[in-house]
Amino acid sequence: MLSYTIRRLLVAIPTIFLLVVACFYMMHFAPGGPFTSERPLPPAVMANIEARYGLDQPLWKQLWDYLVNIFVHFDFGPSFKFKDRDVNDIIAQGFPISLTYGFLSFIVASAIGVALGVTAAIKHNSWIDYFAVSLGIAAQALPNFIMGPILILTFTLWLEWLPGGGWNGGQWQYLVMPVIALSTSYMGSISRITRSSMLEVLNSNFIRTAKAKGLSNRAIIWRHALKPTLMPVVSYLGPVFVYVLTGSVFVDIYFSTGGLGQAYVGSALSRDYAVLLGVTILYGALTVVVNLITDLAYAWLDPKIRY
Amino acid sequence: MTGEALADDQTFTYRILDEHSSVDPQVVEDVSGAEIVRDLFEGLMNQDEDGNLVPGVATGYTSNDDNTVYTFTLRPEAKWSNGDTVTAHDFVFAWRRAADPALASPYQWFIELMSIQNAAAIIAGETAPDQLGVKALDDHTFEVTLSAPLPYFPQMTTHSTTFPAPQKVIEAHGAEWTKPGNIVSNGAYVLTEHLPQERSTRERNAMYWDNDNTIVDKVVALVINDENVALTRYLAGELDRTEVPAGQFPRLKKEHPGEAISFPRLCNYYYTFNLSDSGPEVFKDVRVRKALALAVDRKIIVENVMAGGQTQAYSFAPTATAGFTPPTTEMATMTQAERDAMAIELLAEAGYDKGNPLKFNMIYNTSEGHKKIAVAMSQMWKQKLGVEVELGNMEWKVFLETRGNQDFELARGAWCGDYNEASTFLDLLDSNSGYNDGKFVSPRVDELLAAAKTAKDASANYTEVEQIIAAEMPVIPIYHYAGVYMMDSDVGNWPVNNVEQNWYSKNLYKIAE
Repeated sequence: MLSYTIRRLLVAIPTIFLLVVACFYMMHFAPGGPFTSERPLPPAVMANIEARYGLDQPLWKQLWDYLVNIFVHFDFGPSFKFKDRDVNDIIAQGFPISLTYGFLSFIVASAIGVALGVTAAIKHNSWIDYFAVSLGIAAQALPNFIMGPILILTFTLWLEWLPGGGWNGGQWQYLVMPVIALSTSYMGSISRITRSSMLEVLNSNFIRTAKAKGLSNRAIIWRHALKPTLMPVVSYLGPVFVYVLTGSVFVDIYFSTGGLGQAYVGSALSRDYAVLLGVTILYGALTVVVNLITDLAYAWLDPKIRY
Repeated sequence: MTGEALADDQTFTYRILDEHSSVDPQVVEDVSGAEIVRDLFEGLMNQDEDGNLVPGVATGYTSNDDNTVYTFTLRPEAKWSNGDTVTAHDFVFAWRRAADPALASPYQWFIELMSIQNAAAIIAGETAPDQLGVKALDDHTFEVTLSAPLPYFPQMTTHSTTFPAPQKVIEAHGAEWTKPGNIVSNGAYVLTEHLPQERSTRERNAMYWDNDNTIVDKVVALVINDENVALTRYLAGELDRTEVPAGQFPRLKKEHPGEAISFPRLCNYYYTFNLSDSGPEVFKDVRVRKALALAVDRKIIVENVMAGGQTQAYSFAPTATAGFTPPTTEMATMTQAERDAMAIELLAEAGYDKGNPLKFNMIYNTSEGHKKIAVAMSQMWKQKLGVEVELGNMEWKVFLETRGNQDFELARGAWCGDYNEASTFLDLLDSNSGYNDGKFVSPRVDELLAAAKTAKDASANYTEVEQIIAAEMPVIPIYHYAGVYMMDSDVGNWPVNNVEQNWYSKNLYKIAE
């Protein structure tokens, strides 16, 4: 297990490095720069600004300085757009927000999704099954950019129960809509996968053996059926965890949470190189780490993988 | 004080599209940032509700005969929020700082635009910043020397770049000086909270010299990227002000009379022909340019597409520009049927008709509103003239780069005045202007604009420039902007007549409901 972990970690480092280099060059090749504006800056002013941010250096030198700053000083550089702040600031402020409701959405989506799927499989072809299946399909058909407007019109404008956006230090009223919007469609997928996996497991030979031995239904499901059922679910949960964090871009913008999604999209549009690169590295590293954890969990669940 | 019963809660909450770039007066470069800075800091002069110049930190100014030396007298009672007196030295420090290449503010150009002595050389790094033509004659007298006469110089001191800066605080905190808790400011408000991408809050500055006459206690700017969400939150009572999305004004005005408001803004919306060598040969024919300009039914665009109180444009400078009434052009007096007939005739003379259609492409930056207008224009041209237009939308920075490199045929343009004077618009068509993306060249226009800089009354020059634009049609003016807001009816004294929309929270108040 240890050597497996180490091998996976060693692959992760060059992956992130390649991501940084590719992103850096792609970003600089996109037309326009951070200081392109409707009002073209006089050449002397532009020269001063480029000198201040090191943009007058050759690209390889900029990349080198950037990497040195990250690895030696753990400094992702200044924001070109938000002059009062640097990238470390922006990530430190936005990431905890995205992480908080992303994590909550993940918990909600997996808990309800798994429960729904398991119930549906156990009560196969009953009204509970049909209800769970239709709920799952409906949820999957409602991506967050559809859920957002529906929620805000319902809870803010009509019922006047919840504030239409903001964060306010993460008070629960401000969390409800972002979490629902973000978790719904994943919840649908998780329940669908759980249901079909559970059905397959329940029809397999070892369950029949367990039944023949006279084990109670509860014991069969909890002790024997659940673990193999969760195998495909776990491999799906890894990507879901990454999606709820990175896919929160729309939710961040729509509900003005102050999360990292706004900074991410904004920096791409305004060519705020340092912010864009910083957030990309963060998301990239996160994806690699979560995939690693998923694989380890998978290896724990299924010893075949380890060898 | 206002003659109306005031609300107990004097909090004004409004929506901003995007997080402000900075609250450092010399650094800020976006509109929402400048609005915040205008509350936090006070410059030499302010604007009143109608955009007229009124005293700020300066009680008044004098100038020499040829408008090259201005002397401002500062009020002795003006204080920073830490209790220090605001002196002429604070202005000297701030203005040198704005020009300093080390700060590298994008607004260095504004100091250059103000024609302050040595500004250009300082920005180019040839001279030290302390050589800038500004001087503190004593603590309360500030003198500016210009390299060329500028009759509208005092108007420019209402711009945030020229606001004073607290030297001691900046030196003590460095780049962190604008954070709440560190920041010291001399305006009616101080920054008390900043949650990036979410909101910023400014509250009354007890040391402000005119604090007794200030009514609003707290101003909250909420960042809401999506304008429809902002509208929903406004309707749910979370906001006092938000922008009305394009096309929704008539419905909102019917449903919420007294809250949906519209008023003229100092901005124009136009399309520019590429007249450079890389542009299509056909646009070098003035008959083609005129035909296309004539066939655009501006009434449909302002009334049906935008529908927010925008006005049809037949001149380049907006009709709301102070001290200048654009001439009534021939096109403005015609009916649309007459314009269409003339357009068909001109295009036929140039050799194009429905059998031999004119073809070109037009570009705009990605936005629902720009798209609607471009589609409407291309349909009008197709129906009336048989013209075949290919539409291209581009992401903002790509669009700027493409337009700036003359890599287009017909491109969208828009401009908001930097100050309320016709030259801020007409200068765009000066052949030396960096913003003249269509590369229109007219020696007569250049000559008239150069002469206008020093003329006592330049309106005759501006009139002639507008006449040349109408005759040569290097651009197609479409409409002049309107500010279109949902504004809670309990907000008093919003400056609807200030076409630059330079508003000061200290002049607002909330009426008891």
